[in-house]
Amino acid sequence: MQESVVIFERVTKSYPTYTYITGGFKNFLIHLPKSLKGFRKRYTVLREISFQIAKGECVGFIGRNGVGKSTLLGLIAGVLKPDSGKIVVKGRVSPLLELGAGFHPDLTGRENIILNGVLLGMTKAEVKAKLDFIVEFSGLKDFIDQPIRTYSSGMVARLAFSVIAHLDPEILLIDEILAVGDVEFQKKSFQKILEFKEKGITIVLVSHSLDSIEKVCDRAIWLENGGIKMDGEAKEVVSAYLRS
Amino acid sequence: MLLNFHSFLQSKSYQYYFDLVSVLVAKELKVRYKNSILGYFWSLLNPLALAIIFYFAFKVIMRVPIENYSFFLLCGLFPWQWFANSVGSSPMVLLGNASLIKKVNFPTYIIPLASILNDAVHFLLTIPVILLFGFLFKVTPSPVYVWGIPCWFVAQFFLTYGLSLLFSSINLFFRDLERLVSLFLLLLFYLTPVFYDVSLVPKDYHRIIFLNPATGIIIGWRDLFMKGAFDVGLYFVYFFYSLGIFFVGFFIFRKLSPRFAEVL
Repeated sequence: MQESVVIFERVTKSYPTYTYITGGFKNFLIHLPKSLKGFRKRYTVLREISFQIAKGECVGFIGRNGVGKSTLLGLIAGVLKPDSGKIVVKGRVSPLLELGAGFHPDLTGRENIILNGVLLGMTKAEVKAKLDFIVEFSGLKDFIDQPIRTYSSGMVARLAFSVIAHLDPEILLIDEILAVGDVEFQKKSFQKILEFKEKGITIVLVSHSLDSIEKVCDRAIWLENGGIKMDGEAKEVVSAYLRS
Repeated sequence: MLLNFHSFLQSKSYQYYFDLVSVLVAKELKVRYKNSILGYFWSLLNPLALAIIFYFAFKVIMRVPIENYSFFLLCGLFPWQWFANSVGSSPMVLLGNASLIKKVNFPTYIIPLASILNDAVHFLLTIPVILLFGFLFKVTPSPVYVWGIPCWFVAQFFLTYGLSLLFSSINLFFRDLERLVSLFLLLLFYLTPVFYDVSLVPKDYHRIIFLNPATGIIIGWRDLFMKGAFDVGLYFVYFFYSLGIFFVGFFIFRKLSPRFAEVL
């Protein structure tokens, strides 16, 4: 057994029911008594959840909408803080961003690689040192000095993937990325994820596509009602989930 | 300045934070100046147009007794433009980067910082225009500029950044703050001696005018550019006032920042 790189110990995460948020100050003041009560009310998404992910493992989370799959990724990435419990994450975490997030359409491919690389945690010198490899890897050499608004969405995704691939992530977080793009692109990103896996990168995947979970992951965790309903081999968990 | 964020700089190097800010500022500047210098004219156009309007309204029609009024206006409008643009756009700056904040664990206070530094660069680029106007009005550049400009720049930076941190973080929780901020800026504009001189304000109202943190800064810039003067007392009062506002904004931002990803 490899050492665990992600450890969750009795982690509870709740969200505030900030119903006044979209209404702003105006609604807050109009419904003052209700708003004040709402301040304290929170709903629990994950309740005392515990699991471990070993180095090099590829784990998929499945479950219905709103069951807390993306919250889990947020907790691993460290952008969300748990209410209680302990989270240990060892290694460089890289989230795979939605298509085009962290890119600017008016900048060239090359400029966007630097922007994206730095946003995802590299220094400028590190990105520049890898720039040629990233361009090579993306296969967009002829277009790299064009603004990326002229790119197709598949090309943008290739660029994003290439940056991620050179980040040397130790833990890769993927949230529904496989759902975007055309069939061709989905195949390609699939291929890339398998490559990451072969390199021994730990992958945590959240997806509604049970098919892709089954293909990519060794292990799947089924979330229901704030807890883990089932944890085991991907095929078994997916078929149990389908039967439910 | 980054020393103030020492608590944030636990695991990563200063180099990385420097790169992050420079890349974000460079992004905005590149987009603005891409393939043309037209972007530069946009940062001039707004204050110049305002100057013409105020000149017409207050010099031609109302006949305010201020000499070199057009130069007087520009000395106040250019720095005001930096302040108002940065603070005015601050409520939306975190919302605009929601996809990053929700996924990547990086210091979010960098986002408003990059936005105001971007406006600051535009302001610095307009200083030659102020000097040119000064030349037309036979004002020779003074050696005081060498340290006067950085001093007032720093004071205005802290004021602008403090308010930006405050508004950008609170707006995530109360999404209509943006409207209140634009109202606030309009109000503040009239409470700031940009198009009038403090000497024209009745004594009873001086307290309100000087309570406005932007007042000292605008007076400071104008004295600097028009007379080559630097009032050390005025400077320290408004520098520490701005620094105080910065710390208030910074602590509220820090208090709220762990919740950003929850509400975006």
